[in-house]
Amino acid sequence: MTIKPSVGKAPHKDLGLSQDNLLEIYRLMRLSRALSERGWLLQRGGKTAFMVTGEGHEAVQVASVCAMERGRDTFLPYYRDIGVAVAAGMTAKDVLLHFLGRAADGSTGGRQIPGHYFDPQLKIVSGSSVVATQIPHASGIALADKLRGEKAVTVCYFGDGAASKGDFHEGLNFAGVHRLPVIFICENNGYAISVPGRKQAAVKNLSVRARGYGFPGVTVDGNDVLAVYRAVRQAAKRARAGGGPTFIEAKTYRLTPHTSNDDPTRYRTKEELEQWQRRDPIERFKRYLSEWELLDKATDERIGQELSQAVNEATRFAEASPLPEPESALRHVYLEE
Amino acid sequence: MAEINVLQAVHDALEEEMARDERVILLGEDIGVMGGVFHTTDGLLEKFGEARVIDTPLAEAAISGVAVGASMNGLRPVAEFQFADFLYSAVDQIISEAAKMRYRTNGVQGCPVVFRAPYGGGSHGGPYHSQNVEGLFLGVPGLKVVTPATPYDAKGLLKAAIRDEDPVIFLEHKKTYRLIKGEVPDGDYLVRIGEAEVKRPGKHLTVVTYGLMVHYCLEAAEIVAGEGIDVEVVDLRTIKPLDEETVLGSVKKTSKALIVYEDNLTGGAGAEVAALIGQHIFEDLDGPVTRLASPDIPSMPFATPMEEFAMLDTPKIVTAIRDLAAY
Repeated sequence: MTIKPSVGKAPHKDLGLSQDNLLEIYRLMRLSRALSERGWLLQRGGKTAFMVTGEGHEAVQVASVCAMERGRDTFLPYYRDIGVAVAAGMTAKDVLLHFLGRAADGSTGGRQIPGHYFDPQLKIVSGSSVVATQIPHASGIALADKLRGEKAVTVCYFGDGAASKGDFHEGLNFAGVHRLPVIFICENNGYAISVPGRKQAAVKNLSVRARGYGFPGVTVDGNDVLAVYRAVRQAAKRARAGGGPTFIEAKTYRLTPHTSNDDPTRYRTKEELEQWQRRDPIERFKRYLSEWELLDKATDERIGQELSQAVNEATRFAEASPLPEPESALRHVYLEE
Repeated sequence: MAEINVLQAVHDALEEEMARDERVILLGEDIGVMGGVFHTTDGLLEKFGEARVIDTPLAEAAISGVAVGASMNGLRPVAEFQFADFLYSAVDQIISEAAKMRYRTNGVQGCPVVFRAPYGGGSHGGPYHSQNVEGLFLGVPGLKVVTPATPYDAKGLLKAAIRDEDPVIFLEHKKTYRLIKGEVPDGDYLVRIGEAEVKRPGKHLTVVTYGLMVHYCLEAAEIVAGEGIDVEVVDLRTIKPLDEETVLGSVKKTSKALIVYEDNLTGGAGAEVAALIGQHIFEDLDGPVTRLASPDIPSMPFATPMEEFAMLDTPKIVTAIRDLAAY
């Protein structure tokens, strides 16, 4: 397929995004995908006992972080959010050490299963595997920032499954009452593992719930980098100006199984998967960049080679890195004197 | 020195810690204008403002979860639960999040939250305003569980809990609030978490207890003293971590142990204390390690005859002491 160059004013220019900004987003999306693919390979090859990733979610994960002030704003990823982790600053090595449960895993020291990213320097907050518990945490973090008069904004991520839980309601309601500087981002991939959206909620768009909490809710195409970026930037601006929370529902699709223990063919059709594969956010963004002549074939190949090299190197590094000492299982239950 | 009740002690600890450290905030239902259903936060809204004394929606997962989040971002939240019975709505946040935070981050992220709640029976609260919840939290590594009995201990332990780097379940027996008065020194002092105290020395038999039961056991000890039974009363003060040294030291000396606790008999602190004694000082024992606790019923019934039947009291403790002393 030949790509015809677009003419007129490019949509990204309205958002103040430069070619470098766009290529950074593209590179991070591909890094996220490459790490996910490596994760599956390592799990299938018996190098790690479990894997959970978020292939197909890269646009919402990466573009949302890139719309924030990294270093100042706080991120609460959930277990699909490799894209959030790397966009906020985690490296391929950090992620691979975590996937392989090494002693040097900075997220958890080998204590949590893959998919639980944490780095206080990067303001990435630790989460559990219990769906939605991070939502009230986000409100608490934003409450502390507001109390100190800091202009930081907190971004909280979760899936559509989480939107059915009590913690979702209690966390959003609290944020609404206190007009907290927090952005709730629902990566709605249409399924809570196998349960489709129509069995989860009687509304078409989950974003309508925001009205009940007294703040705006929007539904965006979660596979559209610029749509996500625009919505998040607007929400961040409001939050920083004291305007309170925003709920962003980003509609997307999970291209891989829920986890390494899941067989999605039991609940999704081949046709549906193929339809969404054609809407792959990375391919779609690549087309956009090509159309606006921001990415040529040589640059794209170079990015691919660099990422492949980085992930291979990180894999070798992590595999050579020692496993935790058995007795270290007893440490850090309480603060050690 | 001033003589105050347990309510006042809790109030003063909160007020002093808020004045000392601006990171301390309070969250809970009706704790602002109303000063809390038991008035432990009376006047604190006026003194510290609504940014630090937060009347929350009626939502225990939010109270606990927001507190966890705020603690990860540099604050020292004290989350009040109107009754310990309602802590169950917050258990996911307490057990899955607060208790595991330090462990799951390999020691990097602490979660310094105090979860305060009035607990216990004997006040006609019925099934949902009387429960003893401590047994549940006893089995959760990462938590500390504090159960003071006196104004001195309540104040010193609450201040220590607020300064602790790890999450603390702070249980205030609601019947002690107004009933129990005691001397409290002027100015700042702490009682270390994890240290039991011998509230009454004795040589024939050790009673290990905590909370309201400390006072009933002390009364019982006075009654049997007239019969020549010299009882030592050990107040655990903190049931997690347990002060093994003080408990074992006392029982080693007296050779007999009666454990008195208001929680259900099965699975509570009594079982832990009994197991400790049995394992470590079996050869020093001169009688069966005995537990006196509430029966294994879901919770205190409301009607007076049933509640009185289910609740421990001084005569029941006296009988148990006599039986064990005679063994």
